[in-house]
Parts: sequence; C-alpha cells; structure tokens
Amino acid sequence: MSASLTIDAMLTTSGDAAVPAMPAPEAPVEVIPLTAEQIAAAAEREAQTQLAVRRRRDRLAGLVQSVVPGLVGILIFLLLWQGLTHVATQIPGPVKVWDSAVKLFSDPFYRKGPNDQGIGWNILASLQRVGLGFGLAALVGIPAGFMIGRFEYLNRMTSPIISLLRPVSPLAWLPIGLMVFKAANPAAIWVIFICSIWPMIINTATGVQRIPQDYLNVARVLNLSEWKVFTKILFPAVLPYMLTGVKLSIGVAWLVIVAAEMLTGGVGIGFWLWDEWNNLVVEHIIIAIFTIGIVGLLLEQALIWIAKRFQFD
Amino acid sequence: MANPFHLVVDNVDKRFNTKQGEFIAIRDINLRVQRGEFTALIGHSGCGKSTLLNLIAGLDVATNGVLVCAGREISGPGPDRGVVFQNHSLLPWLTCFDNVYLAVERVFSATEKKPQLIARTEAALKMVGLTHATHKHPNEISGGMKQRVGIARALSIEPAVLLLDEPFGALDALTRAHLQDELMRIVADTKSTVVMVTHDVDEAVLLSDKIVMMTNGPSATIGEILDVKLARPRDRLELAEDTDYHYYRKAVVEFLYSKQKKAA
Repeated sequence: MSASLTIDAMLTTSGDAAVPAMPAPEAPVEVIPLTAEQIAAAAEREAQTQLAVRRRRDRLAGLVQSVVPGLVGILIFLLLWQGLTHVATQIPGPVKVWDSAVKLFSDPFYRKGPNDQGIGWNILASLQRVGLGFGLAALVGIPAGFMIGRFEYLNRMTSPIISLLRPVSPLAWLPIGLMVFKAANPAAIWVIFICSIWPMIINTATGVQRIPQDYLNVARVLNLSEWKVFTKILFPAVLPYMLTGVKLSIGVAWLVIVAAEMLTGGVGIGFWLWDEWNNLVVEHIIIAIFTIGIVGLLLEQALIWIAKRFQFD
Repeated sequence: MANPFHLVVDNVDKRFNTKQGEFIAIRDINLRVQRGEFTALIGHSGCGKSTLLNLIAGLDVATNGVLVCAGREISGPGPDRGVVFQNHSLLPWLTCFDNVYLAVERVFSATEKKPQLIARTEAALKMVGLTHATHKHPNEISGGMKQRVGIARALSIEPAVLLLDEPFGALDALTRAHLQDELMRIVADTKSTVVMVTHDVDEAVLLSDKIVMMTNGPSATIGEILDVKLARPRDRLELAEDTDYHYYRKAVVEFLYSKQKKAA
C-alpha cells in the first residue's frame, strides 16, 4: 500500500525533491501488479472526471433546453409587438414601454391626491382587497367544504344552489354589494369573496369525500376522538385538496379584482388601468397588463410552493 | 364463569343489502380461539374471510349471531383488538414514531405519562426492528418496513387479539418470508392471540396452530378446521423436508383445489 502511494506520488510529482520516503528495496517486486492496479484506478478516475464533465454538460444542456425556448418565445413576441407598432401606430413599442416602466417604477410610492398615486400603492390596494375578500372566503368556504364533504345530507342540500350560483360572473354580484355596503371598497371585496368561495368549498368537500377508507378505518379501530380524527387524519388528508381550491381561488380573485376596480374606482391596479385609458397613456395600460400578469404569476407560484410542502406521496 | 375461549364466534351470519336483493356473504360461522393461539382463515377470494375478520374487528356488524372477545361482546371497533391492514394504512403525514404513538396515546394516555408513552412507542418499533426508521415518513421506507410499522402499531396497544388481513399479500416473496419469520418471533415473544386472513397455503401452515378453511362464496361458511401440530419454534428450512408439514400442506391444498375448486 505504501509502495503504491509513493509510486503515485512519483508519477505525479516526477523528479520532485520533496518526495518523502523513497520506496523500500523490495518495492520493485511489487511494482508490476500495483501499476496494473494503478492503471485501472487512473482509468476509473479518468472515467469519473469524464462522467462529471458529461454530467455538467448534460445539466447545462438541460438548462439551455428549458430556458432557451422561453427566451426565443419572448424575443419573437417582442419582435411581433415591434412589428405591430408599424401597422397600428397608436400602440407604443417595447422600448418606449420599457422606458416608461423604468420611470414609473423608480417612484412607485408617491401620493398626489386620491386619484394620482404611485403604481406600488395601486398594486398594494388591489392585493389588500384580494387578501380580504379571499381571506373571508377561506374562513367561510373551508369549514363549509368540510361540513358538506362530511355530511351527505348537507351535500345534497347545498349542491343545487352551488351549481346554480357558481357559473354566474362574480361582477353580477357587484350591484348587490354596492346596495348593501353603500361603498365601493367593501363591494369590491364582496365580489372577490363570492368568486373565491366556490373553488374552496368544492375542493375541500371533494377532499373530504375522497379520504381513503383505510385512514378512516385506522381511526375506527383505534376509536380515536373526533378531535384526533380531525387533526391527525381529516385535516392533513384534505389539505392538498384545500390548497388546490385556494390556488384556483386566488387565480380567479386576481382576474376579477381588475374588472371590479374598473367599475368601482378608487385606488387599485384595475382602476389605474382604466384611469390611464381615460388619460390615453397607452404605455401605462400595457405596463398595467404586464404588472397584473406578473403579480398573478407570483401569487400562483407562491401557492404551488406551499402546496408542494404538503404533498406526502 | 370464565370462558375457556379467548375469542368466540357463535352462529354468525353476515348479509348485505344490494340492488339485486339480499346477498349472504357468510353464514353459520362458529369459531373458538384459545388464548395464545394462531389461527389462519384461508379460502378463495370472495369467500368472506375478510368479512369475518371485519366482524371480529368490529368494523362491520353481524346480521345474526354473537362475537365475544376476551369475555366481552364485540359491538364495534375497539383497541382491545389490534388490526394490521393489507395495505399498511399508515398515515403518510406522520413519521413511523407518530403513527405508532397515535395508537399508544389513545390507549394508555389515561393511565400513563408522556415518557412512558414514548417508551412504549419506541419499544414497539424496536420489536419490529425499526429503531433506525423511527423518524422517517412512510414514503421514505420500503413496503416491508411499512407493514412492520403497521404490526408495531397494532401490537403497541397490547390488544387481546391481533387481527391480520392478508398482511403480506402486497409484498414480494423474499420480503414476505422474512416478515413471516419476524411475525413468528414477535408472536412467540408477546404470546399474542392472532387471527390472520391469508390466501397463501405455505404461510398458513408455517404460522398457524389452526387453519380455518372456508368454502366458496356467496353464502360461504367454514368447510374444515385443521389443527397444525408442528413444534415451535418453526424453521422454514427444516419444515421443507418435514413429512408432517407436507401432510398439512396437502390437506389445505386438497381442500382449496379439489373440494372447493374455483371456476377461473
């Protein structure tokens, strides 16, 4: 073993004076088999380096394959957009919009009166409405979903009403909200509440109905208390379904808030978009569209990330 | 007066109401199990052996007849009977420890403090040789290990009867053999009374003191009961050349494939 080490050292540092402990006299006898071993080891090392290189290359290729098409797509989109501006001259091109966006986002939190506030305030105002309406919907919808899933009678009782009301555009509820609350802001929150409650009720109820019988049998053979059944079996089993409902809800809520704000006014990204249309600042309309898209994407990604943490299988 | 039998099934029928009318799953079941006895229920699929096990577990209610476990009539599921299900039925969001602890806590938390409950849980996992997997989740361990956690959970509550519903049916042959040996050791150590549903003849002969052979359903009942008088501890390698073993094995095979031949 020591011979192999020294030979290795000799091979790599050939002729270096710093080589410690020269091989013992009997070493040459062992040299031949050891060299063969060494060749094998070296070959393996070589193979491993090659493998590492190939793996790195594969990873790079994978990255290229996943990122490049997206970039190409964006590039083509920008080119088409630029091309379009030559045909429809009232539409500003990407460069113009970018310059405008840089200016807009350099000061997102200014306040110059109720109708002229920074884009940051507008986004936050919309998010707040969505958060409130959506939060209230979760507060009502998730327990309701549990009840409907658990009790068949309740399910049959509520299913015609839910089926009837679910396809209705949430904006149809706006007048009712305005009438009841006599203010625009709570009416917008009300609309968000209505549109995000259905997916949460339906998905939670489905989750409860689909709990594997095996899990419930465990609860039965152990005679677990209702509280234990809920915390240890029902809730964790339903959680992934619930989160799917939450994800769908937040998507719909973000779609609807823009439309609701156009109707109700005030501060908010939807209102801002409409306001910029009235001011005929087309760049800002396009910026609003992209902002809405990016915020929606971030909301959804955040929920996908949360949902992944609760996947067990 | 103490009943000499630990588990008694008396004139039990189970009928189900279906759209096509009444379906008689099992009828006239009479079974006596002594304390510490290992009983296997064997029969073709659809013979109602799992139905009978469910009745003993209390997951289902008999249409007629009486079931008595440790001197008390069975009226529903209860922790005096530990059940191991075919597909392990571990809760995937709990670690192995927490899966067992859930059962231990339910049964012993009224009389014992937390350190004792933890000790019981750890002892149960040690018994099935899974101390190293204590804090793993079910999706991180193999099928055989999951089934062992299921056995640990069922035995951790010190049940009067251990009920096994085709516990090794979903495992590969090698894992199954290994777990059968483990089960024999655990049952010998804990002196458990066991009722096991199986469709594996070798498994039944190897493990049981008594093999209950069921006729084909519908309207299935007990066809024959075979007492397996092989000395314990049993070794599968030695039994492979044992004439008694082959006699028992042949008796079961004959019942299943000649007397109760199933149309494929």
